[in-house]
Amino acid sequence: MPEASLTHEFQYSSARHQAETAISGMWLFLATEVLFFGALFLTWIYSRHWNQAGFDAGARRTDLAIGTINTVILLASSFIFSAGLAFIEAGNTRRLIQCCAIAWLLGIGFLILKFGIEWREDFSKHLFPGPDFAINGPLGGGARIFFVFYFLGTAVHGLHMIGGLVLVGWIILRARRDEFSFRYYTPVCVVGLYWSFVDMVWIVLYPLIYLVGRGP
Amino acid sequence: MRFWLPQATTSAAEVDYLILALLLTSCAILALVFGLILLYMIKYRAGSGIDRGVPGEKTWRMEAAWTVGTLLIFFGLFVWGADLYVRLFQPPSNALKIYVIGKQWMWKIEHQGGQREINALHLPVGRPIQLVMTSEDVIHDFAIPAFRIKHDVLPGRYETLWFEVNEPGIYRLFCTQLCGTGHAEMFGEIVAMSAPGYQNWLDQNGAEETLAKAGETLFMRYGCSGCHGGNGAGGSQSESTVPAPSLTGLYGSPVTLIDGSIITADDLYIRDCIVLPDTRRVAGYPPLMPSFAGQISAEDLLKIIAYIKSLTPEKQL
Amino acid sequence: MSEVVIETPGAAASYLANGVTLRSWLLTTDHKRIAVLYFGTITFFFFIGGGAAALLRYNLILPQGMIGSAETYNRLFTLHGVVMVWFFLVPAVPVTLGNFLVPLMLGARDLAFPKLNLLSWYLFVAAGFVVLYALFAGGVDTGWTFYTPLTSAYTNGHVVATAVAIIVAGFSSIATGLNFIVTIHRLRAPGMTWYRMPVFLWSLYATSVILVLATPVLAMTLLLLAFERIFHIGVFDPSLGGDPLLFQHLFWFYSHPAVYIMILPGFGVISEIVPAFSSKRLFGYKFVVWASMAIAVISFLVWGHHMFVAGTSLYSALVFSILSFMVAVPSAIKVFNWIGTMHKGFIRFDAPMLYAIGFIGLFTTGGLTGLFVAALAADVHLTQTYFVVAHFHYVMVGGMVSAYFAGLHFWWPKITGRMYPEMWGRAGAVIIFIGFNLTFFPQFILGYLGMPRRYHSYPPEFEVLNVLSSAGATILAMGYLLPLGYLTWSLFYGERASANPWNATGLEWQTASPPLTDNFVSTPTVTEPPYNYPPPEVVHRHA
Repeated sequence: MPEASLTHEFQYSSARHQAETAISGMWLFLATEVLFFGALFLTWIYSRHWNQAGFDAGARRTDLAIGTINTVILLASSFIFSAGLAFIEAGNTRRLIQCCAIAWLLGIGFLILKFGIEWREDFSKHLFPGPDFAINGPLGGGARIFFVFYFLGTAVHGLHMIGGLVLVGWIILRARRDEFSFRYYTPVCVVGLYWSFVDMVWIVLYPLIYLVGRGP
Repeated sequence: MRFWLPQATTSAAEVDYLILALLLTSCAILALVFGLILLYMIKYRAGSGIDRGVPGEKTWRMEAAWTVGTLLIFFGLFVWGADLYVRLFQPPSNALKIYVIGKQWMWKIEHQGGQREINALHLPVGRPIQLVMTSEDVIHDFAIPAFRIKHDVLPGRYETLWFEVNEPGIYRLFCTQLCGTGHAEMFGEIVAMSAPGYQNWLDQNGAEETLAKAGETLFMRYGCSGCHGGNGAGGSQSESTVPAPSLTGLYGSPVTLIDGSIITADDLYIRDCIVLPDTRRVAGYPPLMPSFAGQISAEDLLKIIAYIKSLTPEKQL
Repeated sequence: MSEVVIETPGAAASYLANGVTLRSWLLTTDHKRIAVLYFGTITFFFFIGGGAAALLRYNLILPQGMIGSAETYNRLFTLHGVVMVWFFLVPAVPVTLGNFLVPLMLGARDLAFPKLNLLSWYLFVAAGFVVLYALFAGGVDTGWTFYTPLTSAYTNGHVVATAVAIIVAGFSSIATGLNFIVTIHRLRAPGMTWYRMPVFLWSLYATSVILVLATPVLAMTLLLLAFERIFHIGVFDPSLGGDPLLFQHLFWFYSHPAVYIMILPGFGVISEIVPAFSSKRLFGYKFVVWASMAIAVISFLVWGHHMFVAGTSLYSALVFSILSFMVAVPSAIKVFNWIGTMHKGFIRFDAPMLYAIGFIGLFTTGGLTGLFVAALAADVHLTQTYFVVAHFHYVMVGGMVSAYFAGLHFWWPKITGRMYPEMWGRAGAVIIFIGFNLTFFPQFILGYLGMPRRYHSYPPEFEVLNVLSSAGATILAMGYLLPLGYLTWSLFYGERASANPWNATGLEWQTASPPLTDNFVSTPTVTEPPYNYPPPEVVHRHA
């Protein structure tokens, strides 16, 4: 799309009007996601209150190394995407594409580590709360519930990550078709907001899974 | 066909008065609303020719008036309902306890002397009765309309309600929380009798042993005495080498948990210790108590709890 | 007196005529066409849920139950609840009247995100397919409230499928709510300040706020339930260390605000109709507006009143009871304001107004009986009986469905370009009012006398009242079938409507009936307060 004509949809009064509206829409959507994940986190914390020892026993079986590396990966990915946004605000499409590509690859890296390696490891250690669950005895009940939240939380987060990767990929494709410029980069903003949000959800998941209860 | 409901307990009449007050308030407000609407439909219909004058501008006086008015009425009704509710669910300490277990799809009643009933509850008039209730499976609800009382009955918890019947008779008992296919079949009778009549009934339906005595047998059969010692004296003073808290004098006394909180050892606490020991870890003891979840039935649990309660001298309770 | 000019370049350019292929309908992004698509879908579900209700009342004619199978009965009332709540009442006004009117009332050409709007319809249809599969391939027998551990471990029904359907329907409604909030904030015509917006828009705004904040919690709750059921783990199952009350708290945290999602749009409709048919400004506009917003906020704080005998603490019961009384106050304010609007008005009794008056009576009755169950000690006796059933049907059916029909008749000329036959419209309103009261009033008495809800059979002393209620239901059913008949008839044979047949204020009446695809030829500018009766004269100019 050539830079000269900044068209907008017919229900808007200007391109800027449309851009601002799109961004408000994404913020509102993120608010609904806060309530979605918030319900999960609340239930998690409540259940932990009544099963503390079991939860801690479960938490100690999680892989702190992978979890921490994944946290660093996601933080980096979010940061680099934002750098890409800064580049396109200055008109540099090439750098935008490079930053998005790195952010995308980091995201793929997260998924591989989390689901390809960590989950596989968890299943082989019989940590899935099914019939052959590894932790028995008085702490077994609480540990089971912990791993329910672990698998459900990471699965739902993972689905959101896949959605985010699709969106980042879409930005890369559009950027390669030269659709963004210093005058028009709204989709990059909107996807950036979503991508950072997915990162923030992980920032809450990380301590809930790996840190709380791990202490001596 | 019946359009009235007996008021069989001391509090039933009070509930009815509250409902009557709500009814009268509602009728008054409805009369106002319907009345004004009908009036305006006639007086201000399009062709009525009445002089409407200029519509008033200052509306906030009316708004404030009816807002404050409704707030005051509602607050009054709240206080009335709340006060009665609190009294409805705070049983007097001298109440006669009877145990109720709901399961799909029947009510099992256990009297302290060991008498058991299904879908029927015999009780004496003229004294407070406290029901301690639990469920074996899903959530049920023990409801006696004539007493204006009901409460949900949950698995894994003990719920309680109390009443004092003042009118002998037979009253309907319903389950009022959807519990599956047999929900509507889970009804029964409350048989309220005079005190001597009740004693008679107890004697005629006498069981061989009280709940507490049966509980003592179970205490040994399930191996509790292995760690908690005979008479529940506790591992430290018994032959066992396992450190287990003493149960003598436990019921009704405060217990310190590992997170520092202090709770009173009641029926539910003891039940949780047996079935979900991980959630009730006592300070100063390692987590060695195995869970008996799924191994001891709800009825047997009540008996064991009754036994443990009997280990506390009466004067301490 | 001012006048407004409406371009009417012939019927050919109306949104209905603009493309006649199936593709032009199924791939439309025109908010008006999407409203019509939704209208078809929710009408379908209304009659499914209504059919189930008819079977329920049929069964209850005899104490031992006409149908004979408790399992079937339990599945029927679950179907009735699930379909009526999530596939009729929650969407009803927002997706039909809301989608159609929000841009028109704002002076906008479409919603902020038209493609999202179409997506929300497809999500709804997808959810509909899943729920139909679940409910007809055996169904669910747990009630629409899905209490655990019955639902997580003790039932054989298609719980997971139903939960998935509801979650997807929830995404559809979140999308709609999001669209409305952003549109109302950003696409108002020049001069349309917040206080110049009609109350219908404020009501939809309040509804949308609840929609976007409460529905995600339901999604997560049902997801946890599904997980628990599939993998037999114990978040809500006490035998595995979980807490059944946790489910109830999470469920009602959504489901109580949900009932305000259902009723607030109805309040908005009535707030448009009463001024129009009294030819008079809405009394206390700002109070009505802020009452809606107050309801949206307080609605999140009262969920515990569904749990007064569930095993929560006495302290929490006290807090929830007082808040439940508080939430009734803004609704009372609205009722008084509507009556105040009629005072010294010039009242006409066309069908929309008859429905609206019926609404005020039935909703007020239902709302007052809400006080009975908000009062703690009274609730102990009345909860889980037919009293509660009557209470919520008075507000949801007597109230909300009447409001929906009122709005449907009011805006029918605008949406379809045709007038419905007025005498039939009035007849329908009266039959529904009478049939409704005959059906549900006896249930208040049944409940007080102790008849529990969700019973397929009952003790014989309740027979007479049950028979009365079922007889009333027959009349009510006829009342609902009547509009199906004459409204369909009017689509083909109804008199063609003018732009403003009711002489009402509001930007939607300053467009053609039916409107052009782009709504307005040129963006209107708003200079007048809302409900500025009498409205400007309309001059038609043919291009």
